[in-house]
Amino acid sequence: MPPAGKKPTLPPAGKKPAGLPGRKPAGPGGGKKPSLPMGAGGDGAPAGLTRKDFATDQDVRWCPGCGDYAILATMQRLMPELGVPREKTVFVSGIGCSSRFPYYMNTYGLHSIHGRAPAIATGLKASRPDLDVWIVTGDGDALSIGGNHLIHLLRRNVNVQLLLFNNQIYGLTKGQYSPTSEQGKVTKSTPYGSVDHPFFPVPLALGADATFVARTMDRDPKHMQAMMRRAHDHQGAAFLEIYQNCNIFNDGAFFEFTERNTKAHSAIFLEHGKPLVYDNGQRGLRLKSFALESIDLSTGKWSVDDCLVYDEGSIELANIVSRMSWQKDLPRPFGVFFREDRPSYDELVQRQIDDVTVRRGEGDLAALLNAGNTWEI
Amino acid sequence: MAVKTQEKTVREIPEATILFAGDSGDGMQLAGGQFTLASAYARNDLATLPDFPAEIRAPAGTTYGVSGFQLHFGSVNVRTPGDEVDVLVAMNPAALKVSLDRVRKGGTLIVNADAFGKRDLDLAGYNQNPLEDDSLKAYRVVRIPLAKLTHETLSDADLDKKTMDRCKNMFALGLALWMYSMPIEPALEWLSSKFARKPDILEANRRVLKKGNHYGETVEEFAVRYEVRPAKLKPGKYRAILGTEALAMGLIAASRKCGLPIFYGSYPITPASEILHELSRHKNFGVKTFQAEDEIAAAGAALGASFGGYLGVTATSGPGLALKSETVALAVMAELPLVIVNMQRGGPSTGLPTKTEQADLLQALFGRNGEAPLPVIAPGTPGDCFYAAFEACRIAIRYMTPVILLSDGYLGTGSEPWLIPNADDLEDFTPSFATAPNRTVDGKDVFLPYVRDEKTLARPWAKPGTAGLEHRLGGLEKEHETGNVSYEPENHEYMVKLRAEKVERVAQDIPPLEVFGAQEGDLLVVGWGSTQGAIETAVDACVARGLRVGAVHLRHLAPLPNDLGKILSRYEYALAPELNNGQLVRLLRERFLLPVASLRKIKGLPFKAREIEKEICDMLGISIA
Repeated sequence: MPPAGKKPTLPPAGKKPAGLPGRKPAGPGGGKKPSLPMGAGGDGAPAGLTRKDFATDQDVRWCPGCGDYAILATMQRLMPELGVPREKTVFVSGIGCSSRFPYYMNTYGLHSIHGRAPAIATGLKASRPDLDVWIVTGDGDALSIGGNHLIHLLRRNVNVQLLLFNNQIYGLTKGQYSPTSEQGKVTKSTPYGSVDHPFFPVPLALGADATFVARTMDRDPKHMQAMMRRAHDHQGAAFLEIYQNCNIFNDGAFFEFTERNTKAHSAIFLEHGKPLVYDNGQRGLRLKSFALESIDLSTGKWSVDDCLVYDEGSIELANIVSRMSWQKDLPRPFGVFFREDRPSYDELVQRQIDDVTVRRGEGDLAALLNAGNTWEI
Repeated sequence: MAVKTQEKTVREIPEATILFAGDSGDGMQLAGGQFTLASAYARNDLATLPDFPAEIRAPAGTTYGVSGFQLHFGSVNVRTPGDEVDVLVAMNPAALKVSLDRVRKGGTLIVNADAFGKRDLDLAGYNQNPLEDDSLKAYRVVRIPLAKLTHETLSDADLDKKTMDRCKNMFALGLALWMYSMPIEPALEWLSSKFARKPDILEANRRVLKKGNHYGETVEEFAVRYEVRPAKLKPGKYRAILGTEALAMGLIAASRKCGLPIFYGSYPITPASEILHELSRHKNFGVKTFQAEDEIAAAGAALGASFGGYLGVTATSGPGLALKSETVALAVMAELPLVIVNMQRGGPSTGLPTKTEQADLLQALFGRNGEAPLPVIAPGTPGDCFYAAFEACRIAIRYMTPVILLSDGYLGTGSEPWLIPNADDLEDFTPSFATAPNRTVDGKDVFLPYVRDEKTLARPWAKPGTAGLEHRLGGLEKEHETGNVSYEPENHEYMVKLRAEKVERVAQDIPPLEVFGAQEGDLLVVGWGSTQGAIETAVDACVARGLRVGAVHLRHLAPLPNDLGKILSRYEYALAPELNNGQLVRLLRERFLLPVASLRKIKGLPFKAREIEKEICDMLGISIA
């Protein structure tokens, strides 16, 4: 527990500008015990707010064992640290298991229509840039019925955070294949296997010119919280894919990347300015022509110096690395794939209004009504 | 009355209708628009009807590429663009062919004789030149070599043939202005501002316009010119206004009067795009316009903005309203204000994009899943679009509900002289946002988002950013008062009825209906939307025949005004004319259990007053020719 004496140095609640990154390290992982009191001092949060302050009185109704619990707990733990007043935070969701999220966050929230959360959030953020807007969506919601809104949110660079809970299945409708389900997937709607080619959300987001693209997993709360924080710090549309286990209809879809016995050699964590090394330092990735090659660092043939040093500002690298998901012999990347600065939509909209108003003067209703050719009778 | 000037006779007439028709590239909308402005300057009352093809540049010379602009102007009350055309200006055979049946027998045809070659005739589907047989003998035909005269006028100008050709609409306009003794100055002024940066084009157009104006003076065909005296309009300051312009200004005025900036989400669609164009010019009123990726996003973003405390508005036409319906239903459930403008056009599906129709009334009322009632409002004239838009915003905010505003293509593109309202006289309707908890539960002050106002049944509007009032909205059924998700059977039925009752209560805000014509008697015409002008013209004619006929025009389609039943009971018969297959009539029959008769027209065109007059007379057993 941090000493209570640090409290007075904090700004009063509600005065802290939105979006300042807390520099405190992430709380203990696992989420078994409430890591109180994150917001209680020394971390830039409004004084006194804790994880509990972000929970509502509503019963959480996800299936026991669902990956969504870990994501909710991580978010509720992160919130006090972000320093954004509760009333300035809005969660907007679509339809699906993930989209129940706003009901469990004691902030403003809107549980909207299937696929439409990005559109609704665009209107909200464009009209109220002072709000901190999070979109919570799933693979069916964001990529199937709402695919159009997703790509346009990203290209416009609306300054929101979009969390895509990817479980590669339709859960709430009880188990049909989704646009991220692998080919051949046997589900209720594909008893002989799905013939649909799936897509990966990360390359899709890059293709839509997103300015922040990252991936994390439900079973690594520490990494997840770090990614959420970075998504929040980013000025512009931040796209964060979260691998989320649906233990009822698609149990273990990501265990290869998330479980202790396989994670080390199946997953690689991208870090800006660091070489691409995984498998506890035993293996790395090097660039060979335009493709990546996994190299063994334990035999002496290759060293860390041969590994590609990741640069999250390079769209070329992001494109190559994001496409690794199609290659079975390469690890699955997690972390920030890409980040760049580009003015956000909401900022540009407001700037244009300000510019026009300076140029033409504040609108005068009487003058507008009387404009053009008029005559007296 | 006829006055002889030098060599021409000037005859005063009460009203006239002129139709400019030509290829869609011939500049007919422009010529018509400038004639309208001149007529407005002459203080006439007027109404216009542009009629253009859906194709932007259909193959030249074909009948489906014909673009027309009809204007009815007079010293008397003018409420429609005119049943019959007195003067048709036809720039080619196709325009003549398409428009001829609108011209009254004995009317004047001014034809561009240069455009009646073999190829032009073939394109229009004429086997024989109508100027050379006797097919036009019922009309007075004036052949004018428009192209030749235009080229002659510009013979010393350094312009290519195509550019010269483009000026010929100005010749036609100049001549038409002369025919009706209209001022030429407004058109000259307009040209000066339009071509300020192209002095050679400006000069060419000015010269051709003046030449056309002078032409009537010099040729024998025009022994008479006409004059339409100023109309006796209500005193005040006027301007000519298009329906879309009026609608956009109504939204801006509402925004000012409620103190909330507009967020306008829209996806391009004919004929609603004009509102987007108009609003996007007025960013210094704080208007945020958003051209969305689709109709759904346009509505969604507007609703998101409403959630944020803005005046959320979205506009579309029929097919777009279908796409928005799920978002509208969310607005019903979340009880957030949202104004949805539907510029109706011919349907179903893509239908007739540039033609008018009133066939979305039932869609507006019932086109959502579940029990999702909302107020529906319709303007009656182009200028009325201002007040209807204002009213839609006022109701949306006062009752925390989505409101559908049903305009149509005819109102949107039509124009009329508009008595400019005084901005200070418009009602203020600033919403009172919730700022504090509204209940005490277990000794704790809490905010319950679905506690209602006693009079309006509106729930409180708490903007994000208001500390202590954090709450969640959504499409799942709400528990009464707490707004929590509820699947309780009793609660669902209660909430469905409560939402319906809230919409019904809007009726308490509707001013008494004004009855036009006879206040009681034989027959009441019940209309809504853009048919107002035709209905009132018809009723006027019937009253002049000594018939006891009145009309009410419904601004509010849902809920219906409380006094409508009483008014209906003062007449023996009732008639509902509509540009659809009978939609309002169903509502009236169901609500009042009366045998209301129905007059239906579904041709993509507005009513002629004569058609309504004939129906009234038929119902009353009077035969008219």
